[in-house]
Amino acid sequence: MALVAVTADRLDLEALTAELVANAAGDGAVATFTGLVRDRNQGRTVRFLEYEAYEPLAVRALRRIVDEAGATWPDLRLGLHHRIGRLEIGEASIVIAAVSPHRADAFAACRYAIERVKQIVPIWKREHFEGGEVWLEGATADPDDEMARRAAQRVACA
Amino acid sequence: MRVRVRLFARLRDLAGAGELVRDLPEQATVQTVWNALTTEMPSLREYERTMSVAVNAEYSRMAAAVHDGDEVAFLPPVSGG
Repeated sequence: MALVAVTADRLDLEALTAELVANAAGDGAVATFTGLVRDRNQGRTVRFLEYEAYEPLAVRALRRIVDEAGATWPDLRLGLHHRIGRLEIGEASIVIAAVSPHRADAFAACRYAIERVKQIVPIWKREHFEGGEVWLEGATADPDDEMARRAAQRVACA
Repeated sequence: MRVRVRLFARLRDLAGAGELVRDLPEQATVQTVWNALTTEMPSLREYERTMSVAVNAEYSRMAAAVHDGDEVAFLPPVSGG
């Protein structure tokens, strides 16, 4: 199983974690994050979301996040799978697993990874809500923006 | 020369297509491609200050040169996760 992926299939955090742990010779910590489709957003009642990706660049951006995290936390193993297509309320849009000798690094890397996904991975969600639909837009993606990267790291290590 | 243009999310909706082919003069940059698009479709200009660009599925800059056969992508602010 690839450690980073953009897929229309249902996500499998257990399989991703198992893959990472299989190579973790005696490591002590696994931290995971699962992002779910919420039923409310900015006062709107959400019906479902549609995710779209620029897939080859999205995979590269996910790999970049793994590399960045590896540079910060050298003994870390990190995996990220992002789902695209139509997702119903309560379904997982992203799963992240971080495996490390110690819990502090695992927690921090997991948080860092989701913050960076929101900054630099070319994926968009279209929210279908009661009464309309709208493309959500967050950060202008710029992997070389060191201020943004440091902000993600500060949040991760707070 | 000829390039393939990719547009995503709301930029795609505004343009009415996610994939376009455009013929450009030699010595073109990503900016040249964008100027050609926004001359045809002025509504895209609202993204000029907030979008990112990519050439052949690597993040790039407006001043980057483009070559025959390149894929040039314009990306609205992202909202993954």
